[in-house]
Amino acid sequence: MSALGVLLFIAATLRITVPYALAAAGASLGERGGVVCLGLEGFMLNSALAYVLGAWYLHDPWLALACAVLAGLATAGLHALVTVAFRADQITSGIGINLLAAGLTRFVLVTVFHSSSNSPRVPGLPELPLGPISDIPALGPLLETPLVLIAIVLVPAAAWLVFRTPFGLRLRATGELPAASAALGLSVGGLRTAGVLLCGALAGLAGAWLASEQHCFTDGMTGGRGYIAIAAMIVGKWHPAGAAAACLLFGATEAAQIALQGSSFPSALLQALPYAVTMLALAGFIGRATPPRALGTPYDPEGA
Amino acid sequence: MTQRSQVLAPLAAVALALLAGAVLIAAVGQSPLEVYGLLVQQALGTGYGVGQTLFKCTPLLFAGLSVALAFRAGLFNVGAEGQMYLGGFAAAMVGAYVPLPMPLLLPLAILAAALAGALWAALAGVLKARFGAHEVINTIMLNFIAYALVAWWGRSLFMPATVRTRGIPGAAHIARLEVLLPWLRGSPANFSLVLGLVLACALGVFLFRTRAGYELRVLGLNPGAAEYAGVRIGRAQVLAFALSGALAGLGGTSFVLGYKHWFEQDFTAGAGFMGIAVALIGRNHPLGVCLSALFFGMLAYGGLVVNQRVPADLVNVLRALVILFAISAYALFERAARSARPKPAAAAPASEASA
Repeated sequence: MSALGVLLFIAATLRITVPYALAAAGASLGERGGVVCLGLEGFMLNSALAYVLGAWYLHDPWLALACAVLAGLATAGLHALVTVAFRADQITSGIGINLLAAGLTRFVLVTVFHSSSNSPRVPGLPELPLGPISDIPALGPLLETPLVLIAIVLVPAAAWLVFRTPFGLRLRATGELPAASAALGLSVGGLRTAGVLLCGALAGLAGAWLASEQHCFTDGMTGGRGYIAIAAMIVGKWHPAGAAAACLLFGATEAAQIALQGSSFPSALLQALPYAVTMLALAGFIGRATPPRALGTPYDPEGA
Repeated sequence: MTQRSQVLAPLAAVALALLAGAVLIAAVGQSPLEVYGLLVQQALGTGYGVGQTLFKCTPLLFAGLSVALAFRAGLFNVGAEGQMYLGGFAAAMVGAYVPLPMPLLLPLAILAAALAGALWAALAGVLKARFGAHEVINTIMLNFIAYALVAWWGRSLFMPATVRTRGIPGAAHIARLEVLLPWLRGSPANFSLVLGLVLACALGVFLFRTRAGYELRVLGLNPGAAEYAGVRIGRAQVLAFALSGALAGLGGTSFVLGYKHWFEQDFTAGAGFMGIAVALIGRNHPLGVCLSALFFGMLAYGGLVVNQRVPADLVNVLRALVILFAISAYALFERAARSARPKPAAAAPASEASA
């Protein structure tokens, strides 16, 4: 492979990794607080549609980005309502939210744009001129994309938030031993809701990226990316930075798969690699991936 | 939860979802009553409609039984979709490529579906029993791996320029129900449904009348007690997953052996995932699962007939809302029941659920 080829491969990998890393960082925040975030796929899908609706009606990609984040927050809010306020089963809620988003987005797509497959073309986020950096072959145009810069800032910020701030400590305590958090006078429900909402906001950015890159909404455009992000979060051991590293690995696999399409290499099988890696990680073959202790258990202040 | 709220809570969830759906229908400028009326009338009013409803109900019944069985053992099988997918694929392979005469080929193809689903699900069971790996993530991952595997095999097996395998000879076809009930004429409902109903009865007997079924239920209710009572937990978990997967795999026969007579990419179309809703509303009881599969089957076909008035995705929204309302209702009913009790008589710690 030529030098340019290598750069193009890296750029393709990064391009695929951006939404994964944002969503996986979000999921680490939500799950560190003790709430399973299987609804990530639904958060992203709703946000992608919200971006397109925002861009279509408000004619401004930045407002569209805000719409996407709001949609992510709203969908995550629903998850928090069901799982934190009602204390219902978190896994089922996530699956329900994914099904809801799949149905609702197509319902809106048909109602608003009279198509069950895709929306009309909308503007993406404008590129930011970065001077000499823009001239780097292959990578320059990528780095000019605002959401790439946002991801580069937000993923470490998420790691810092969880592991270096009082809020993060409280959030993690709530995910490990909620009764202890409550005994310290912390609001378990409040912290868990905050974690889920942060997850929704980051997933909203991920959804916006998908819509902004494609300049439209297509039916089911998340295509299982939410689940890949969850998988990356597990392989990354519920750490935003670890998750981002796993996302890079999965992104590179996907880029390789695209590059190898049409060759005799069994590229279709590469598609299965992230899932197989995740299963190995869960089984303890790649270090031990131990979830937060109270993950998935609703907190009942009346004992139990 | 009391006996009465066991029945009331799912009904309340369905009613609330229909109510929310009515808002959605009104939002696109249609009359909710007319749309719902049309849906029920088309899905249940004619022989053909009933047949279509029963056809849509069939994979949901299998998936619902599959998820319910796993739930009873305290396991969450999110992989019914992949198990059904591989089950259908295995049935198509045996049906189309094994040169056996009439009375042997069909049973073998059906067996292949059950076996493929069972093996795929048992993987999650083994990983859980042996390594303590959480079954939810693993079954989701196995779904995606199943898609990738079939896509890979499909490159050499699919008919040119299609996403389906070659046709299955008549010796492996499952007969349509209209042979027995001419009233259903023209609908693809077939005898897979009867197999599903028989298995629902068998599951009832297994769960509530056999020792192994009892062990599974104890495992689901209180793993600690099960272990103390001598249940070999790992073995029981693998068994539960294998049986659950076999049921899901058999769900693939209706489409593959009973309708199209070939395997088609994405034929399951989410029926496996809907098994979760079916089991949830059916309260993991075989009889409840039958009724709830019928309801969701009606929705699935009814959505297609109201498509002229409202987008067919209305029913997808309804199904998702049923799930969300149901789990919320169950949690709230549960909480109400607990606070109504005079004193929390040394409430047993229910925190065993962590991964």
